[in-house]
Amino acid sequence: MTTDLPTAAGRGTVRRLAGTLHRRPRLRLALLLTAPLLWLAVLYLGSLAVLFVSAFWTTDSFTSQVVKVWSTDNFHALFTTPVFRQVVLRSVGVALAVTALCALIAFPVAFYTARVARPRWRPLLVVGILTPLWASYLVKVYAWRLILSEGGLADWMLAPFGLSGPGYGLPATVLTLTYLWLPYMILPIHTALEQLPAGLLDASADLGARPGRTFRSVVLPMVLPSVAAGSVFTFSLSLGDYITVQIVGGKTQLIGNLVYSNIELNLPMAAALGTVPVAVIVLYLLAIRRTGALNSL
Amino acid sequence: MEGMAIRLQGLRKSFGGTTAVDGVDLEIRDGEFFSMLGPSGSGKTTVLRLVAGFETPDRGRIELAGQEVTDLAPFERDVHTVFQDYALFPHMTVEQNVAYGLRIRRIPKAERLVRARKALAEVRLEGYGQRRPAQLSGGQRQRVALARALVGRPRVLLLDEPLGALDLKLREQMQVELKAIQREVGITFVFVTHDQEEALTMSDRIAVFDQGRVAQVGTPAEIYERPATPFVASFVGTSNLLEGEAAHRITGSAGTYNIRPEKIRVLKEAAEADEPGHATATGTVAEVVYLGDATRFLVDLDGGGRLTALQQNLETSSADVAAYRGTRVRLQWHRRHAVRLPS
Ligand SMILES: Nc1ncnc2c1ncn2[C@@H]1O[C@H](COP(=O)(O)OP(=O)(O)OP(=O)(O)O)[C@@H](O)[C@H]1O
Ligand SMILES: [Mg+2]
Repeated sequence: MTTDLPTAAGRGTVRRLAGTLHRRPRLRLALLLTAPLLWLAVLYLGSLAVLFVSAFWTTDSFTSQVVKVWSTDNFHALFTTPVFRQVVLRSVGVALAVTALCALIAFPVAFYTARVARPRWRPLLVVGILTPLWASYLVKVYAWRLILSEGGLADWMLAPFGLSGPGYGLPATVLTLTYLWLPYMILPIHTALEQLPAGLLDASADLGARPGRTFRSVVLPMVLPSVAAGSVFTFSLSLGDYITVQIVGGKTQLIGNLVYSNIELNLPMAAALGTVPVAVIVLYLLAIRRTGALNSL
Repeated sequence: MEGMAIRLQGLRKSFGGTTAVDGVDLEIRDGEFFSMLGPSGSGKTTVLRLVAGFETPDRGRIELAGQEVTDLAPFERDVHTVFQDYALFPHMTVEQNVAYGLRIRRIPKAERLVRARKALAEVRLEGYGQRRPAQLSGGQRQRVALARALVGRPRVLLLDEPLGALDLKLREQMQVELKAIQREVGITFVFVTHDQEEALTMSDRIAVFDQGRVAQVGTPAEIYERPATPFVASFVGTSNLLEGEAAHRITGSAGTYNIRPEKIRVLKEAAEADEPGHATATGTVAEVVYLGDATRFLVDLDGGGRLTALQQNLETSSADVAAYRGTRVRLQWHRRHAVRLPS
């Protein structure tokens, strides 16, 4: 009997609390989100801020020690040194090429897995697309190094046509990155195609549209936001990569390599270089926000 | 043959184990307002989908305007559909949705806009052209679907419960509107509904569907007054079956008879029963239901069986009505209103 009282009271408090939370969705949201938001703000945005601030410092050219003196020299160098400009353009070009290739390959694959394959097989096919993501990044890249090596699989397969593989270099980098990030493009497109109501295709045909027309006017516009969503992954992952290019890229340099090689010698310069992909990705996100892709992420 | 908009012959379609359409023969005339009436799952939508070309029949033949189209794709048939679930394109505005068919037919943009706006006005949606389907209510979406199918003026319009989501008032307005459009442009309408009143008021002819078959085809009056089967009698209007022993005693011959409730008069038990050509039966009122404009009496007949009678509330009011419960009454109807059904 005596133990009942506190429990009942406790339960009452809990219920009252639950009731209050139910009536005040904002309070509930605040309580739920405070911890993760703090984490995000401090660790993520904080480190970005540190990156940005340190990009304005300089180094002692003898000791490589960071000197906390404000200057815009790093950014000045970034915009005026031809090598830097080239590397930035090349990196963005690689990211765009990888994204375009991924989209081109992913669309038919997703169309098959989402609409052509028998419904029973679809989950299995999706798992199949996802399995490469479970393998180690390095293993996959080294596999490509082997494939693309002289006398490797690529050469061997192209030999009958009188061709040879691309060897190590920029094309090899684009190829390998495309392979690496392809699942991130297939998945959103697959989902969008799978959710596309069959009735809409019927309605389009009913109004006189041939399949090609239905594809252009109904399927493509409805799936485009998902392509854009996938491209956020392929683009930013490609822009940030510096390992693949070291393994299959030959002498090719991307932003990541420059950042990496500057970290020891000139940290502020590395920081200035590091802000470039961040800025590019922000611009990219702003550009595709208009497609509504961010709503479907 | 001339004058036939649609001809269906021996149409069959099954999905896995279920036979959705089980041997349908129909002829729908040019410019006719033809309704398909039937309970849920009776195959109405499937017949429409076969006519539109979204499904291919397992067996049978489909002709549109005398041309066989059984194996043609939907975009090769001059037929537009108003879908039961609207099927509006979510990425287009209402106006773009309506103009889609015109765009496919490469009609110049200016004309497209004019016609789309006119079609939207026909369904009472002026000023909604720039919205997206997601920003509309269910009834508004349904009317957009209607406008989209109407705007191209196809030879045949297939409508799958196009008024199902509308409230009563708007529904009645749209019924009038649809009839007017149909008469004005002379399009053949194939109108699916499970609302018998809608079918009766709007149609030139009705096909009643039962489990994938056509139970009866006829004018509204034929369907209502002369139902061909007990199913039609019970599905269209309130059925009032007089069977077996009771039927024999009252009508003089065995069989199953259907009498529409409004044809039966409720009299005092002692009333004179000898009007010429009339049949009569006595019983006890089991239940009275006040309907506003009328009152429904459920009467247990002395000879067995139960009949429903509908009386206009000329003088009675709800207070009087309740007093009838449990009283003895005499029911009377003209013999020609007792329709014998094939068993
Ligand atoms: N694609 C399909 N796959 C399997 N069964 C189907 C399919 N389409 C229809 N059916 C079945 O066929 C039968 C007829 O369906 P249909 O949609 O033609 O009915 P309906 O008369 O239009 O009904 P409602 O009034 O509910 O719309 C139903 O039993 C239904 O379950
Ligand atoms: Mg239906």
